[in-house]
Amino acid sequence: MTLTEAPPVTARAAPAPPRRKRRKPWLVLGVLGVVVLLVLAPFLLVLMNAVKTETEYGAGGPLALPHGLNLHGITSFWTRVDFGQKLLNSTLISGSVAVLAVVLSVLNAYALGIGKVRGRKWFLIGFLVANLVPQESLIYPLYYGAKYVDLYDTRLAVIIIFTAIQSAFGTFLLSSVFSAFPTELLDAAAMDGAGRLRTLWQVVVPVSRSTIGVLFTFFFVWTWNELFIPLIFLISNDNQTVPVSLGVLQGEKMMDATTTSASALLGIAPAILFFLVFQRTLTRGVMAGAVK
Amino acid sequence: MATRGRNRRPRKTGYWLFLLPGLLLCTLVIVIPVITTVGVSFTEWTGIGTPEWNGLTNYERLLHDDNFWASFRNILLLIVAMAVVPTLLGLFLAALLFDYIAPRAGMRIARALRSGFYLPQVLPLAVTGIVWLWILHPSYGALNRILETVGLGSLASNWLGDPRFALYTVMAVMVWVQIGYPLVMFMAGLQRVPPELYEAADLDGAGWWQRFRRIAIHHIRPEIYIVLITTTIAALKIFGQIFVLTRGGPGNATLVPSYFAYQNYFERANVGYGSAISTVLTLVIVVLTYLFIRVQERGDEA
Repeated sequence: MTLTEAPPVTARAAPAPPRRKRRKPWLVLGVLGVVVLLVLAPFLLVLMNAVKTETEYGAGGPLALPHGLNLHGITSFWTRVDFGQKLLNSTLISGSVAVLAVVLSVLNAYALGIGKVRGRKWFLIGFLVANLVPQESLIYPLYYGAKYVDLYDTRLAVIIIFTAIQSAFGTFLLSSVFSAFPTELLDAAAMDGAGRLRTLWQVVVPVSRSTIGVLFTFFFVWTWNELFIPLIFLISNDNQTVPVSLGVLQGEKMMDATTTSASALLGIAPAILFFLVFQRTLTRGVMAGAVK
Repeated sequence: MATRGRNRRPRKTGYWLFLLPGLLLCTLVIVIPVITTVGVSFTEWTGIGTPEWNGLTNYERLLHDDNFWASFRNILLLIVAMAVVPTLLGLFLAALLFDYIAPRAGMRIARALRSGFYLPQVLPLAVTGIVWLWILHPSYGALNRILETVGLGSLASNWLGDPRFALYTVMAVMVWVQIGYPLVMFMAGLQRVPPELYEAADLDGAGWWQRFRRIAIHHIRPEIYIVLITTTIAALKIFGQIFVLTRGGPGNATLVPSYFAYQNYFERANVGYGSAISTVLTLVIVVLTYLFIRVQERGDEA
């Protein structure tokens, strides 16, 4: 509760107050530019070496510029791990979790933030603690239980688990947003004779669209990046997600440098894509993400 | 129906129905497993058959287990690398970008630089692991090759395989991963500071350091608290980066509690012992969060 009370970061990205205009600080800019380049160096190295041939790498080392676009490393890695299937699995799992967890978060937050059901404070503390619990405190009973009900090594099991985990966070966040919901709107809806469900669907959800959008984005990206639970639950090749297939590969010593960077490039690509697609939402919602 | 509108606010009953599905799922997936894990921590269990009650034996064993203490010692250093250093660096960079670069070179350049620092944050940690494993690889890795190229070949090392360097190498990678998050948070916070304050400070002839300390730090205190608590918890929970970079090794040089628990669950069939480790970690996190919130509340009152 206290956590989310920090003033929201709005899109009020107004340019810094133009105080006295001064000379451009070339020296500091140059130093900062070099530092940023160093931060980005791993990305550049991956990009450069993913398109080299093995002999090129052996001869010129990692720093030499590639002679041309050689996609052999990428294609060989793609077919070797059946990357298309992994992308499909990751998209299916992350997409389902994002949708289901948003729905549950909205329902929970409607009861807690707007309905203010009795014991609300304790429910909120419960959801907060549920957020904090490390996953290894859940994993064994979940693993055992999933085997018991025959859901082990299914994508459905992972979807169910992450829906619960993400919705605990979403509930916590949305409840504090909803508790500040303008009562006039709710009163007006009640005056019109709208029931609870209709009020939720036609008043609360449309008004909170942007927060819900941020939540959806976060749930998608977070689930996409998860490793621990998918690693334990998805053992068969056909069910694995992108991070699991990359993580498991670390054990194999057969990987050469160019295939390794090709695999890294294939892992980076979707992340960069999300970064570009969701950049607006991400910067707007980074405050919200903070609580996790 | 219309009579309901007479109430000043809609009736409060009946909302709990909306809570049911979410509550049920969270109970099933989070509450019951956590309680079960606490229960199992008082037993000896291989994961097959029935757990056998053994009281506090697992916890006594923890006290004398070098690996357990090593994992918590490593976590302390990882908190430095994931929470303390990024927060300090983030404060410095945010102030530099917002207060120095933006007024002189424009907000666009400041934002572009910020995005550069933030990029490592969006990578799945499995990918982070692959990239760094390759860069740091002792024989074909880019870092050693670069060192050789510039004539510093004697410095080339087995960065992740040598117990003397492994933890520090992981720490360096984690600083790289984390730095963007505090930077973005703090820059967002700095935009809240009313410009008049800076103008007044300028008139008073306050130096850069004084303005930074008195105005900036004071105003973004909420962000600093949030960054510190979330990154500290992230450090306590760290698993993926360790799994892909070192698997806790060499020896126990980079062992962390979550990986230690994982080993006991799935590699050594010591489910009771693994549960005890998880329970201790959960307690540490909950207590720490409670303390953080209390300190923050006191700070807000002051």
